[in-house]
Amino acid sequence: MKAFKACLAGLALLGLSPAAMAAGGTMPLSEGDAPLPDWPFEGVFGKFDQASVQRGFQVYTEVCAACHSMELLSYRNLGEPGGPFYNADDPEATEAAVAEFARQYEITEIDDYGDEVARPRRPADRFPSPYPNVQAAAAANGGAIPPDFSVIVKARPGGADYIYRLMTGYPSYEEFQGEYGDELHFNDDHSHGVLTQPAGLYYNPYFPGDTSGNWDGDPRHAPAGGYLAMPPQLSDGRVDYMDGTEATQEQIAYDISQFLAWASEPKMENRKSLGLVVMIYLFFLAILVYFSYKAIWRNVEH
Amino acid sequence: MSGHESTYKPGTGIEKWIDARLPIVRLVHDSFVGFPVAKNLNYWWTFGAILAVCLVTQIITGIVLAMHYVPHVDMAFASVERIMRDVEYGWLIRYIHANGASMFFLAVYIHMFRGLYYGSYKAPREISWILGVIIYLLMMGTAFMGYVLPWGQMSLHGASVITNLIGAIPLVGEQIKIWLQGAPSIGNATLNRFFSLHYLLPFMIAGVVILHIWAFHTTGNNNPTGVDVKDEKKDTVPFHPYYTVKDGFAIIVFLMIFAGFVFYAPNVLGHADNYIEGNPLKTPAHIVPEWYLLPFYAILRAITFDIGPIPAKLGGVIAMFGAIAVLFVLPWLDTSKVRSLRYRPLARQFFLGFVAVCLLLGVAGASNPDDIVIKTGEDTLRYEVSLEEAPEALAVAEAHHGKIVSSNSERVIVDFAHYEDAVEFAEASGTTAEATVKHHGLTWLPVAQLLTFLYFAYFLIIIPLLGLIERPKDEPESIADSIHKSNGSADAVAAE
Repeated sequence: MKAFKACLAGLALLGLSPAAMAAGGTMPLSEGDAPLPDWPFEGVFGKFDQASVQRGFQVYTEVCAACHSMELLSYRNLGEPGGPFYNADDPEATEAAVAEFARQYEITEIDDYGDEVARPRRPADRFPSPYPNVQAAAAANGGAIPPDFSVIVKARPGGADYIYRLMTGYPSYEEFQGEYGDELHFNDDHSHGVLTQPAGLYYNPYFPGDTSGNWDGDPRHAPAGGYLAMPPQLSDGRVDYMDGTEATQEQIAYDISQFLAWASEPKMENRKSLGLVVMIYLFFLAILVYFSYKAIWRNVEH
Repeated sequence: MSGHESTYKPGTGIEKWIDARLPIVRLVHDSFVGFPVAKNLNYWWTFGAILAVCLVTQIITGIVLAMHYVPHVDMAFASVERIMRDVEYGWLIRYIHANGASMFFLAVYIHMFRGLYYGSYKAPREISWILGVIIYLLMMGTAFMGYVLPWGQMSLHGASVITNLIGAIPLVGEQIKIWLQGAPSIGNATLNRFFSLHYLLPFMIAGVVILHIWAFHTTGNNNPTGVDVKDEKKDTVPFHPYYTVKDGFAIIVFLMIFAGFVFYAPNVLGHADNYIEGNPLKTPAHIVPEWYLLPFYAILRAITFDIGPIPAKLGGVIAMFGAIAVLFVLPWLDTSKVRSLRYRPLARQFFLGFVAVCLLLGVAGASNPDDIVIKTGEDTLRYEVSLEEAPEALAVAEAHHGKIVSSNSERVIVDFAHYEDAVEFAEASGTTAEATVKHHGLTWLPVAQLLTFLYFAYFLIIIPLLGLIERPKDEPESIADSIHKSNGSADAVAAE
């Protein structure tokens, strides 16, 4: 019997070990130059930081939207409850702001005569896509298709943390060496060697991939991460924030991650506040039913 | 649906009028109000009622979702997100439905383990048990097809993996696969029929649930002692209000856990890849099913060898279906006269071991079969050098501290612990071979194979054998007697 229990314990240990073994492909999101941001939308009472989501929308339109679509979002979403431009005190201002954003982009339609006509977008229209189709997107980006951003935070393990790390995780230009400026020299506890960045691709320790093919060094210690077709996008001062916030790389990454988190899950605040009510209700109902149970069974030996 | 004498007394004239024509009120009364149930059921018995709540929840939320969902490969993904964004409380309905599937399986697994522990599958409840296994099979089919509907990456490629399995059946497999998929490959035809069947199967489940209840209401519920009801007065209480209130309490506690997932971690049980729209040309790095199917996925992948004339792929499919098929014959595999494991201490130990095996099969199903479970040594750099190309490789390898793994007249396989040695060896021998990283340790594959063996051994060897060799403890005379004894010792302490 004892032996059997020991076997059980051994089996249980087997079950616990793989977590440590499976890693190795990418840099853990907990590791980085700076600690991960404390997202205000996490936790039971989490809410989006509306100012940050607004700034993130500015980053999206000025930087990301050149390549990345958000096909599932309409301009009206920006002004809906929980949205970045929703103002409960002044619904008319909200509507005007949303209409103003939409008006900046044209949409082509077929009119009653069968001719193509362009008109400004309305709040009910979707965000414009940068490419007419995936073939055009791939052709413009060396074969890589920039992913749609509508649900990107839910579509990546690590969510907003991953977006933040990916955007701030590229090596800076000063770190590159060699004749063509495409060599990264590693000389730390883990890796010794030279990583040559392939033409048209960019190394990022948080991007899932395999670096061993371009790694001159011990293949057991090839650097974590992989290559992606997107060059580093965020640098200090890349956008000029309308609200005057200083646009450091970290700030921009923080804002865009938060905007994308909102876009992926626009009903999150609603969900969490309703959840609290449901939990409290169920808790008191449970107490009530428990004492009913005790009362009904009090004369039954069981 | 009740095997006992009716206690229904129509009170009013209209009740008498209905009862004389269609005694449906009598049926409900005798099944869920007056039905005598053993007094000593513990909380493990509340999962039957919890499962009924799960089924009703899934059907109601599912019907609403079907009003908004578009079963077309180009529109399904966007239509699900439209439900999340634009349908009033659509996010709530969808998250309840998606997490409800997981809650349903959580409850059904506890319900099944309870049946195993207390011997509820044994005579005279064999048909209740078999109907339960049929419900479980229908649930797996329904859940699998439901997971395909959002048309994410895991939906598409999971469906592809599972329907391709059918192709492993000799002679007719390919035809059946095409018939299931509706086309030679997964596409719109597949999505349409999966949607149709996903809507149909839950009502079939509801039908079998009625038979399931009918069957165990005919034999009476089992109970934790496994002893039959001897005296209805002393041993039982009417279902209402005694068990309606107890089940009610358990249901509310269960709903709190359910709500915790729905409101605070709605995507934690799913896979991030399923929020990427399905693309047949791009296969995800790891295709894994939902958590509740992982043990069977592990069994499927454990058979990597041909068994006589059976190729490995077909062997895996047979093992996977066999893992469920064995449940159908379980009532006749068990040779013990005693139902409840309370009185079978040896069998109880093996039961706990079996639970551990099932959980570990789940972990194995989630893991890559080639990943290391237990590391036995540091990774080495391995060269496989042909002697035609580098005739002196063997001698050079020895000179550079290489560990010869094997060598013959054609090639040398050699491991290096140090990178510098490996580089020098490559230069000195002049080989063009590339070093590969060799991991040393036990991988998941043999672990999954051992667990698969243990799974089948539990049903086919241990259960039949235990009944023959084990000496069970004495069972109580009756249910009332066992309650009295366990309470008696407590009363004695209280009295002092």
